[in-house]
Amino acid sequence: MIRLANVTKRYGKLQVLHDVNLDCSSGQCIALIGPNGCGKTTVIKSILGMVIPDSGNIYFQDQSIKNGFKYRHHIGYMPQIGHYPQNMTIGQVIEMIRSIRGVNMFDEDLLNAYRLKEMYHKRMNALSGGTIQKVSASIAFLFNPDVLILDEPTAGLDPLAAEILKEKIIAERQRNKLILITSHLLSELDDLVSQLVFMQEGNIVFHKDIELLKQETGENKVSGVILKSMKAGIA
Amino acid sequence: MKRIVYFILIDLLRNKFVILYTILLALLSFSAFSMQDSSSKGILTLLNIMLLVIPLVSVLFSTTYLFNSSEFIELLLSQPVSRKRLWFGIYSGLIISLMLAFLIGAGLPMLYYADWQLSLIMIFSGLLVTCIFVSIAFVSVVISKDKSKGMGVSILLWLYFSLLFDGILLFIIFQFSDYPIEKVMALATATSPVDLARIVVLLRMDASAMLGYTGAVFKDLFGDTNGLYLAMGLLVCWAILPFLISIKLFQKKDL
Repeated sequence: MIRLANVTKRYGKLQVLHDVNLDCSSGQCIALIGPNGCGKTTVIKSILGMVIPDSGNIYFQDQSIKNGFKYRHHIGYMPQIGHYPQNMTIGQVIEMIRSIRGVNMFDEDLLNAYRLKEMYHKRMNALSGGTIQKVSASIAFLFNPDVLILDEPTAGLDPLAAEILKEKIIAERQRNKLILITSHLLSELDDLVSQLVFMQEGNIVFHKDIELLKQETGENKVSGVILKSMKAGIA
Repeated sequence: MKRIVYFILIDLLRNKFVILYTILLALLSFSAFSMQDSSSKGILTLLNIMLLVIPLVSVLFSTTYLFNSSEFIELLLSQPVSRKRLWFGIYSGLIISLMLAFLIGAGLPMLYYADWQLSLIMIFSGLLVTCIFVSIAFVSVVISKDKSKGMGVSILLWLYFSLLFDGILLFIIFQFSDYPIEKVMALATATSPVDLARIVVLLRMDASAMLGYTGAVFKDLFGDTNGLYLAMGLLVCWAILPFLISIKLFQKKDL
């Protein structure tokens, strides 16, 4: 569904992505992991067209995304920290994104679960960090996209809200969607992910099925698998 | 795109700073008109204040607004929106709100106190100067990586156009006063939107003494009417070109 072919990116002298190749197909929940500054966010941003690779191509459903934007109709994105216009209310922000998308089919599960509709009149500058994350999550899922890209989704959410989000992610995965997650909270990933992509210094060290990795490392928790692979990767 | 403009306007029109700017302009206009005995003197006073205040506010406010909404721009770009339309939408939102502030704060008092033809010219050039400095802010944002650099570039550009340019011009005139430099000077004027706006208004007024060197050259070379049209045309170019450059750069920018 999403394919990165020989993607290279450098910021000045710093090479952030070295010839990255990645193939993501639908029905998978892929966790992008790796130490800070390994290029996870750059990968996500290049898929979203926010970062433009120096060389290489990114394909969405076998179409290059270069100079295109329509493919983003199929993507729901939840940023790490959402920032919204301070003087707009929650209702206005959601209304705005709805009108930009121009879709009439909505998946309001999260809006309802987080009871955001009762807060539609509140202005964004009056919201707590957690509530803003809830808004971001609801927007990402609102349009029933085929691909969900979640950057540190549970950071800043209270345990209850995080649980709701996790359940929603699992439900969406079962509906044959592609889900890309980055997270540092390894324990969070346990029931979610089906594949792991481990990145280091702009390279993809491996991209494997979680079951396979569990067998290889002899661990039965994702967190254990990751820690072992990370140590192996560094060594 | 209309939607983007609409929502950005909602955000901006509630912005305290835009409201404050409107009030400031209104205070300046009323005091300028009530302190001078004739309305044309009032217009002249106002012209000089406006040419300092409008560029400063337009350039600084747009720069801060763009940097403060960088994450919001990211959010919109994760939606199916093309960069060109988004950039144009924000630009339209910013110029509309600043223009409205100018129209209410300075335009209405001018129409009330002064001759309407002259007021219209003043309003027109004020609106253009707003556009121009918003465009310039867009360029400085798109070429700078972080907020402090962007603000620095914007302040420098304002300083250059409002103060330094005149100084440099004066220096050149004194140094080369023995040579026929009128045409060069007229050309140099074209590179300063603030000067052009001043010339546009002063050419319509009976205030040749206020025209200054570049204005006089302009009048000499092109005459009243042609000079006016030329200066206006140049102002329009100034409003459009920097913005087009910023669109080009923005399409390649990493966010």
